[in-house]
Amino acid sequence: MRQIIKHSFIKSLPVMAGYLVLGFGFGIISEKSGYGFIWVLAMSTFIYAGSMQYVTISLLTGGATLISAALTTLMVNARHLFYGITMIEPYKKTGLFKPYLIFGLTDETYSLVCNGETPDNVDFTKYAFFVSLFNQIYWIVGSILGAIIGNLIKINFMGIEFAMTALFITVLVDQWRKTKNHFPSIIGLVTSIICLIIFGKENFLIPSMLIISLVLWLTSELNKKKEVKNNE
Amino acid sequence: MNNLDAILLIVIVSLVTILLRFLPFIIFNGKKETPKIITYLGNVLPFSVMAMLVVYCFKDVTFNNFPYGLPELIAGGSVFILHILKKNTLLSIIGGTAIYMILIQFIFI
Repeated sequence: MRQIIKHSFIKSLPVMAGYLVLGFGFGIISEKSGYGFIWVLAMSTFIYAGSMQYVTISLLTGGATLISAALTTLMVNARHLFYGITMIEPYKKTGLFKPYLIFGLTDETYSLVCNGETPDNVDFTKYAFFVSLFNQIYWIVGSILGAIIGNLIKINFMGIEFAMTALFITVLVDQWRKTKNHFPSIIGLVTSIICLIIFGKENFLIPSMLIISLVLWLTSELNKKKEVKNNE
Repeated sequence: MNNLDAILLIVIVSLVTILLRFLPFIIFNGKKETPKIITYLGNVLPFSVMAMLVVYCFKDVTFNNFPYGLPELIAGGSVFILHILKKNTLLSIIGGTAIYMILIQFIFI
């Protein structure tokens, strides 16, 4: 068990850096907007979605209606549907841990569990659980610290949130190394860049996801036909 | 906004987020066999999704005026090259982040 905890902890270190800082930033903004400690704790515990919590602050201060809050959440977090689809198999046999694993499936946690594999001596279910738990603890601690002592800290941490981007790039490179079929990575990259240019930064995720799924599905159908032809 | 409205709003945001995370698992709950297309997408999508997330991280970068996205491109490129050469995740992340912080705090200001 100690080994599993240690392995999960080491894997979660990059997220610790990112979440403490991004959480801290969230705590500061929330506190300044009139939503202090208790609110921050509640949001980081029950919403637990980084960029959405930043958006929630502007929904609160802007006096958004409940319907527009729901629609905004749908738009911002629709990518989580994607994570779910890819984790159906890896999370199938996770038993009692499953509800929390699904609840805690943020971008960063996803990047640490999406390959569905761990070293031989580490149980995947427990690894996924501890990574999910550690990550949420970092997020909650970071955001609470931001709310409480955000005004006192004078060190300039500007830019440390880049740790998240860096984490995603390293996962991308690792994935590229592990497989021979680079088509899904390339399609993901090209489609999202094109959609970002066409639809703009607020709206590009949903069209990107639809087009990526469609292209991947079409190519698998084409490959099937080819195989049938080759076998004839 | 009064406190009750604020609490309701947070509850709604929380519930919609939870719904989005649980929906695929509810639809394909394992009692029936998962459709082949979903299993297939589940196998290939992680690659596309990580690429999409990287693009998502760069979405706020402005390329058509100063600093032309240079800090992000240089730091991102450094992570990429470091990781290809050294294959050490923590090193790549710490190195790239340090470079980014130096670039935006001291160089591109």
